[in-house]
Amino acid sequence: MKSKGKPSVILVVLLILTIVGLFLASKFLDSYKIRIITLSGIYVTLGLSMNLINGFTGMFSLGHAGFMAIGAYTVGILTMPISMKEMNFFMQPIVPCLANVEWGFLPALLAAGIVAGLAGFLIGAPVLRLTDDYLAIATLGFAEIIRVVFTNTQSLTNGALGLKGIPNYTNIWWSWGVAFVTIWFMAFLIRGSYGKAFLAIKEDEVAARSMGINLFKHKVMSFSFGSFFAGVAGGLLAALLGTIDPNMFRITLTFNILLIVVLGGLGNIGGTVVSAVVVTVMMEALRFLDESINLGFIQLKGIPGMRMVVFSMILILVVLIKREGLPGKTKRV
Amino acid sequence: MLKVENLTMKFGGVTACNNFSAEIKKDQIVGLIGPNGAGKTTIFNVITGVYKPVEGQIIFTPEDSKQHLLLGLRPDEIAKLGVCRTFQNIRLFKDLSVLENVFIGNHLRLGSNVFSTVLRLPNYGYEEKRMYEKSLYLLEKVGLRDVKDEKATSLPYGMQRRLEIARALATDPKLLLLDEPAAGMNPQETGELTRFIREIKEEFDLTIFLIEHHMDVIMEISEKIYVLDHGILIAQGNPGEIQKNERVIEAYLGVE
Repeated sequence: MKSKGKPSVILVVLLILTIVGLFLASKFLDSYKIRIITLSGIYVTLGLSMNLINGFTGMFSLGHAGFMAIGAYTVGILTMPISMKEMNFFMQPIVPCLANVEWGFLPALLAAGIVAGLAGFLIGAPVLRLTDDYLAIATLGFAEIIRVVFTNTQSLTNGALGLKGIPNYTNIWWSWGVAFVTIWFMAFLIRGSYGKAFLAIKEDEVAARSMGINLFKHKVMSFSFGSFFAGVAGGLLAALLGTIDPNMFRITLTFNILLIVVLGGLGNIGGTVVSAVVVTVMMEALRFLDESINLGFIQLKGIPGMRMVVFSMILILVVLIKREGLPGKTKRV
Repeated sequence: MLKVENLTMKFGGVTACNNFSAEIKKDQIVGLIGPNGAGKTTIFNVITGVYKPVEGQIIFTPEDSKQHLLLGLRPDEIAKLGVCRTFQNIRLFKDLSVLENVFIGNHLRLGSNVFSTVLRLPNYGYEEKRMYEKSLYLLEKVGLRDVKDEKATSLPYGMQRRLEIARALATDPKLLLLDEPAAGMNPQETGELTRFIREIKEEFDLTIFLIEHHMDVIMEISEKIYVLDHGILIAQGNPGEIQKNERVIEAYLGVE
């Protein structure tokens, strides 16, 4: 605040370092590692978008998987080649107006964000009257509704069969490019007057509205921005995997993001970025826990999902001991 | 400036305030007193839109011509019209700095939209600069400039009260409602507060309506006093009249 240019200087330095790092990574690392780095970028965007809603504005929302699904399907349908669409939709032909659409990746990503943001706006308008756990239940319900709807709209989303053969546009540059746009957006939003108003709402709603802050408008705004970026990240994910189906977007996906947000610190941009990368890398690095382990004297049978137990335990410990997240109370930007 | 007519507020079966009427003229300092639980804060809450009364009307006239009915408006709309308040049990934005607290008070007058704040367009940059300057000026006024980067809750009690006033002043109010500004202050501090309230009234061209338990403060500062007991208006008048009024003495001290 007193040193006005400072966050931007730090951002520029970090930007240059990351670009160099990513360039070296894409030159020298194998495709498996590059893929993890790409995925980290997507999780950075997801973590920040959820932190805007839950961390900065203090709304407990669990609807992220739903917004991601909307974004992922938007990108999938818009970018898929026309011939591929015919192969995918063999049960029921796709709705005619979308059959001959084949967009570039950037407009499709923007569309994903806008459709998800619009959904956030429409859901937010009635649901944001609720607070705390009631809001969590309502948004959780919304995400499940989206999943079930997508399972049943055969001619739009191909139902439970999912979409296959989405062009793999997402690379390290797309995912980290979007991540940086998100970081930049968040940093400037929170530094500005609107971001301060979000923080005020989180601190004390009664005082905030007595100071002339329109609670409803600001909450819907924050929620829509959050869902916009969740939609974009969902689109990136779709184009990274190439195959999506409704069951990908279950509540566990939301919890993975929540894990990132809580570990990184509610309302902490830098912490979220670091924890997104660390969690994504750990998800892969801890895969050995899922396999059978030979301790020499005893042979442990592999249990799929064992690595998630580690994360759950870390989450419990963090909530019990260091509620403000692992980085602790730091400057917000 | 403000006219309250036949205000009745009920919480379930409890009548917190019964048929209360009051009038506050421009440039006045008006006091509202009464024993604990008399319904004073309830009246503030109704004026600022926190509660919806059962009956009554509140008319706010910031200039000579334009009348606004406050009932049915949201708290933020009322604040935008120029009625701002402080809270009895201090409600600062706890985790934010002193400067940020005051800065947020400016937000309701912001003209730029959210995209120009994120893109940092010149029009927003200019506005933000003005908002910071104004916030710092207000902090200077209340004597908190030196602690501007401290966390709001780290301040001692008296300073938190002054910060609340600075935050309310940042909204450019025409009518300022102060809910027990001297609570928890020692005699020397209340003396300073009385001077301070007069000073900000002159400088910011305010009309002030205040609730207070310190009789020396209220008798010295107010031109007119309303006395409330069990939700009923039992007396009104200038400080001299109130001090002699038998019903007021009865309400405060009890009678054999």
